[in-house]
Amino acid sequence: MLKDVFSTTIKYMQIMDENGVIDNNLMPPELNDQKLVEFYKMMSLARSLDAKALSLQRQGRLATYAPLVGEEATQIGSAMAMGKNDFAVPGFRQHGVYIVRGLPIDQFFVYWKGYEEGAKIKKELNITPVIVPVATQMPHAAGIAFAKKYLKEDSAVVVYVGDGGTSEGDFYEAINFAGVFKVPLVVIIENNQWAISVPRKDQTAAQTLAQKAIAAGIDSIQVDGNDVIAVYKATKDAIESAKAGKPYVIECLTYRLSMHTTSDDPTKYRSDDEVAQWQKKDPILRLGAYLKGKGLWNDSMEEEMKNSQLKEIDDALEKANQFVPNPDSIFENVYSFSSDAIDEQMESAKKENYWQ
Amino acid sequence: MAMMNMVQSINNALDLLMAEDKNVVLLGEDIGKDGGVFRVTDGLFDKYTAARVIDTPLAESSIIGTSIGMAIAGLKPIPEIQFAGFMYLSYAQIVNHAARYRSRTRGNIELPLVVRTPVSGGVKTLEHHSESPEAVYSNIGGLVVVEPSNPYDAKGLLTSAVHGRDPVLFLEPTKLYRLFKQDVPEEMFEVPIGKANILKEGNDLTIITYGTMVNVVEKALEKRPGVSAEVVDLRTICPLDQDTIVKSARKTGKVIIVHEASMSFGVGAEISAIIAEKAIYDIDAPIMRIASPSLPYPMPGYENYYIPNEKRIGDAIDSILNM
Repeated sequence: MLKDVFSTTIKYMQIMDENGVIDNNLMPPELNDQKLVEFYKMMSLARSLDAKALSLQRQGRLATYAPLVGEEATQIGSAMAMGKNDFAVPGFRQHGVYIVRGLPIDQFFVYWKGYEEGAKIKKELNITPVIVPVATQMPHAAGIAFAKKYLKEDSAVVVYVGDGGTSEGDFYEAINFAGVFKVPLVVIIENNQWAISVPRKDQTAAQTLAQKAIAAGIDSIQVDGNDVIAVYKATKDAIESAKAGKPYVIECLTYRLSMHTTSDDPTKYRSDDEVAQWQKKDPILRLGAYLKGKGLWNDSMEEEMKNSQLKEIDDALEKANQFVPNPDSIFENVYSFSSDAIDEQMESAKKENYWQ
Repeated sequence: MAMMNMVQSINNALDLLMAEDKNVVLLGEDIGKDGGVFRVTDGLFDKYTAARVIDTPLAESSIIGTSIGMAIAGLKPIPEIQFAGFMYLSYAQIVNHAARYRSRTRGNIELPLVVRTPVSGGVKTLEHHSESPEAVYSNIGGLVVVEPSNPYDAKGLLTSAVHGRDPVLFLEPTKLYRLFKQDVPEEMFEVPIGKANILKEGNDLTIITYGTMVNVVEKALEKRPGVSAEVVDLRTICPLDQDTIVKSARKTGKVIIVHEASMSFGVGAEISAIIAEKAIYDIDAPIMRIASPSLPYPMPGYENYYIPNEKRIGDAIDSILNM
């Protein structure tokens, strides 16, 4: 005997196309004009902050930095769909998610200047600090989701991972765990097409990354990751599903318009033409076109917003520049108690003043 | 008081800790209905249900990774890794996250999680079931590494570990699980972490050891009634109780360090360095290390040629006393 025992399909969702035209059948009713303007402003803030960070890095004033430009809709749309009690677990490129969750921008700068104090995030923001090793945050998110369910808290966990990250064992282990224990976990695959120099097609033979969820027995969808409305809706629906015991994977198709990090030169491995093709799908231009078409936005509003956001960023940078590093702090927080070796090493470091 | 072996005393400690705090959860492979491959969690599934004694999918990295998440969100997870030889799959989670989270958030996020795993050999198991990896985890910084040598300490140290705020690697020597019983209080008690135990005071020499080697050292000394040896059981490997080590070295002037883990870059090397740095002028013989050779743990047919035995330890005692 030979028979089919399983088959499935993966759906793709786009609500606002490249020209800013909306599919009204899918438009979430709560997204009024005011909310869409808010999305636009948040995406613009993320992009301006990113540009500032990149320029500071080039001046030697930030350490290595991973730019987000091009991925604003995926980050802002998903983060705006989360409630205050929901919990975000980013990787290392989700600066937009941090600002939506309310991380003070000066703290963002302190982290990327290279100080752990930037990773000491107020607990009420419900977001974990930057995680650098790829996909290792996935099991953390599954564990946090387990705890939310165990403690009967009304909260879903939204975790971010890249296209490259889906090749890691921790990606699969985490979604598998989520499926077995039915924990409130939503996975956002921020598929920006490139894992440093390796293109999406060389990362896996799977036709979509969303279909990886099938192996773990959980639901998934692929969305236009440059369509902030589709990302918002998919995340909102997924959070609801996750809270009802059905974890969810969302693959957002977006594009890394800039380098992997400031240590990388993408011209070595990809063509300008490819980048130009994706620039046409720019998430901010797209929503801007829609808002302008509806008379909700114009050039003077744009200028006013830019000026006020640049001032907000400059003020935050000014504050971050006031941060005074305390070398003792690297010794003082390793354990909750003092240890002979670390105490001695700190004393000797102080005496010899070796960090000066 | 009740006579307990180490499996029973750890089981008893887990039972009391779970009764005390409903946020304590156990997770691992086969720890539920099966009670764990060594039966350490026997009976706890029936008492505390699958909600708190969690049989996980067979995936070590996420056993530790999800435990980290649980601890971030307010639970006190006690993950079990079935054998220390399988724990390397979760090494990235332990090194990159468990050990770093407190430090990198300047104390904002603490990870009160206690990873239990059986270690060391001498019980004729398959490959990868007999490793002694304590040095591998002590070199990182940020982890507490604990290894009891008897049922009483096992219960008290585990209780302290779970009551504490730091990530602890709790190493349980397989060979000692059922080797002997001891009087252990049935109520909850703590044995302090970070404090070595002077098992026996003495003046002629100091023997610093822990885990499986403690009772081998004791046997070697039983055959040498005339020798006044001070025996230090480390109990906590990281961070080391430098004070007790250095004081004893100064007192006797001769030091032998005994462990089952392989010699090079090991716990013995660290202790030798501490004594050399702080007490070199107070000792009158070269520091001796008795350890397994610096090679991969052999298959069971050869393990008796590998693990330090009573004769090697006895010979070392005789030789250092003649120096």
